Parts: sequence; C-alpha cells; structure tokens
Amino acid sequence: MDKVIMAENLSLAYSDNETIINKINFSVDSGDFVFITGASGSGKSTLLKSLYGALRPKNGSLIVGGVSLENITKSKLNFLRRHIGIVFQDYKLVKEWTIEKNIQLPLLINGYDKSVIDNQVDSLLKHVRLMHQSGKYPLELSGGEQQRVAMARALAHNPILILADEPTGNLDDYSSKLIWNLLESANEQLNTTVIVVTHHIPDTLLIDYKHYHIEYGKINAVH
Amino acid sequence: MQSIKNHLSLIIALLSILASIQIFIVTDRAITAYKENLANNYSVIVVSHKTIKKEDMLKINDIILDSNEISPDKVIKKLNSKMDAKDVNLIKLALPKFYKIHLKYYPSPDEVEILTKQLFENRSIYKVEDFSNIHDKTYKLLVLFKGVVSMFAVIILLVTILLIFKELKIWQFKHSERMNIMGLFGAPIWLRSVVLFRLAIVDAIIASVLTFIMLSYFSVNQWVLEQFRSVDIEVVIFDTLNDFVILFSVSIVVSILLAFLIVLGHKEEL
Repeated sequence: MDKVIMAENLSLAYSDNETIINKINFSVDSGDFVFITGASGSGKSTLLKSLYGALRPKNGSLIVGGVSLENITKSKLNFLRRHIGIVFQDYKLVKEWTIEKNIQLPLLINGYDKSVIDNQVDSLLKHVRLMHQSGKYPLELSGGEQQRVAMARALAHNPILILADEPTGNLDDYSSKLIWNLLESANEQLNTTVIVVTHHIPDTLLIDYKHYHIEYGKINAVH
Repeated sequence: MQSIKNHLSLIIALLSILASIQIFIVTDRAITAYKENLANNYSVIVVSHKTIKKEDMLKINDIILDSNEISPDKVIKKLNSKMDAKDVNLIKLALPKFYKIHLKYYPSPDEVEILTKQLFENRSIYKVEDFSNIHDKTYKLLVLFKGVVSMFAVIILLVTILLIFKELKIWQFKHSERMNIMGLFGAPIWLRSVVLFRLAIVDAIIASVLTFIMLSYFSVNQWVLEQFRSVDIEVVIFDTLNDFVILFSVSIVVSILLAFLIVLGHKEEL
C-alpha cells in the first residue's frame, strides 16, 4: 500500500530553544483514516501544520504525497497543497467572498473549467445542506454552517489527503454529525486519506480508523 | 459597506494627489502665460550716440527678440512747429538715438542685470532704462506666488503619502488574510495578488474618471475662466488628452506601487 505520509526522526520547533515534536517516526497509508489526539499544547496542531508545509522540519525527514518537505521550494509546496484539503477550527473562509466562491477556491486554483466548477459546487452545497445560502457571506452564517462551507471547500477538488484540525471543536450536534459523515464518505467512497487532530474521537464513527496519541513530544500508536 | 469604505479611502487619497498635480500644472501654465503677457508689454530703452543696426543689437544677447528705433519726430514737432526742415535735420543728427528693445520672454532680475551690462559694453550706448524697480517687484511677486502654490501642492502630496501609507497597512492586514487562505490551497503568488491588483487598478480608474469629470467641469466654469480673464491671461485648465494621460498614469502607477508593496510586505502565516 502506498505511503501518503512518512516521517523519520522528525523534530519540529518554532524556535531553536524549544522543540515541540522530538524525533518521531510514523507513516500513514493511502486511504487511512487517522486520528491524532493529545492534550492542549502537546504539539498535535504543530504536527498538522508541518504536513501542509506551514512549518518546516527542524530535523529528520518528512515526505507527504511523495514530496519531501525539508527544503521544499515555494512552487513545489503550492503543487503539493493543490492536492490537499485542509479544515481549520477557525474555518479560515475569505470573509469578502460568498460561500459559493469560497467553495470554488481550490477548483479555481487547480484550473478547472467553469462548468465543472459549477457542477461540483452545486453538488457540495447539497451535501453540506447549504444550497439556499450560496450567495451569503461567511459572517452571515452560524459557526456550524461556516465549518460546513470549509468542509465543502476541502473536498471540492477531490484531494488525496484531508487534514482537519479540530473540525468539530465548537459545533452543534447537527453540524458535527454532518462533518463526520462527509469525512467518512470521502474516505470510504473516494479513498481519500484523512487525518484529524482532535481532543476526543466521536463514538458514532462506522469506519475503521487508526489512532495516534501525542505526549511529551512523542507520538504513540493507540490502535 | 466596509468594502466601499476601503475603496473610498484609496480613491480619496488618489483624488487629492491628482488634484494637487493638476493645481501645480495649472499654476505653472498661468504663470507662464502671465510672464508672456508681461514680456509683450515689457521693453528696455537704450540711448546711444550712434545708430546701432538691428543685427548688431540682436547679437548682444539671445534674449533680445527685436529692436526698434524710436523716432524723434514727435518730440521735435512739439518743441517748435515753425522750425525749418534744415534745422530739424540738424537737430535730428545731434540728438541721441533711442531704441526700444523687446525681449523673447519676461526676464529674471539677474538676466536684466546681465543684459544691461552687455548693452553697456557697446561704447556708443550710454544710457539703459530697464525699469528694474517695477520689474523686480512684479517678478518677485510671480516667484512668490509660484513658490506658495508649489509648497501647497507639496504639503498635499506629503499628507496624501501619509494617508496612503496608513491605507497600505489596512490593505496589508485585509488582503493578508485572503492571500494566506489562498496560499493554503496552493495558489501561486500571482494568483493570490490578482484580486489586490484588480482592486488597485479599479480604484485608480475610478479616481481618474472622477478627476476627469471634476476638471472638465472647472475647465468650462465661467467663474473660474473669469478669474484668469481678469488678469488678461488665457489658460487651459484641463487638457483632456495630455493632462488626463499624466493624471491617469500617476493614478495607475501609485495604485500598482501600493499593491506591489503589499505583496512584497506579505508574510505567510505559520
């Protein structure tokens, strides 16, 4: 099975003095659904940042989607990111764009035709139950609705890897359930690799998943 | 509403830059026109023992446009109308020669001084009346007027540049968020900047069009034209082609420079 992520002796730090992640080894196979848990400040979000190239390894090697991230150039990083979908706890939607345009973003960046973009956006809006809100701006929506938009955006370009940082952190039950269903569907139907950083794993999941726990800068497989 | 406010702040800043440039252009034109007017009415009187040919007079200094001898006939006629022709001719020969020198443009006091010295180098010239007292005052008034207007334009420019730098920070903050989000999905830098450059160009076009409308109105406004006519000058307040090209170029360059500074100052979020 292909490895989507391979980390060897990976260390991550924001400054020379403080190492957040210390010489960890782990890998993720294509099509895996992975949870990374840990206490606040344990470094789980830091690890996620390194996976989309926002933080370069201090030491060791990190390969994502076949691309080595140690000394990656900007153009290669952009290329890699075009194949990743990211969901943030704070949504990171462009406030001055409608939700329709926010969902279009990865499709526009990847150069899809307008007809493909329109079809894909319509389909995603139906999936996230926001068909009637397509012309609204993010700040006109509730937190749960905004996260559903962010989820649709992450899925829009059929990425090989979805990275989600506390995707249901502050959401209502309805939106949380919808988000987990979408992540499960993407994993099951499209074989998309999903990595979710969270405090706790929902007990309603129907799929097999892997679970890693981060503590004191080390990562351990739970199951 | 917030978006309109952000547009307005750059448009207003651009409008004040364009207005100050046009004020400077019009003032310069008005002063040039007024100087031409003065030059037409200004002349230097030269008194010489001997006749000086026009070609020789023109060689003295490049500023000299024309030289005409002032006929003494009127004066002699006033002195004695019963004088016979022989005596009149004798008097004419004995009288000094008066010349009225016209200049190409209205000279500065220094140029007048140099011209006077050069005229005196001709040994037959023994008197030069340059009306320096009146001339100096008029010239200094013009220079003062131009200086005040230039200073005013520079102050407006400085204030506007400060406004633009403040605007730059607001834009940097506003656009950084969008550029970061686009970057997270792999947008190359040119694509992340497209929205910003489009906004900058749209604002520059809006500011140029508003300036065009404003100046077109002023250029045909009777009250404004009357002010110029009252000092006997005619000035083109707004040359729809040349001036608009200058103002539009300035507007576009300033906006694009602003956008470039934002792109260069953009730091990617970790």
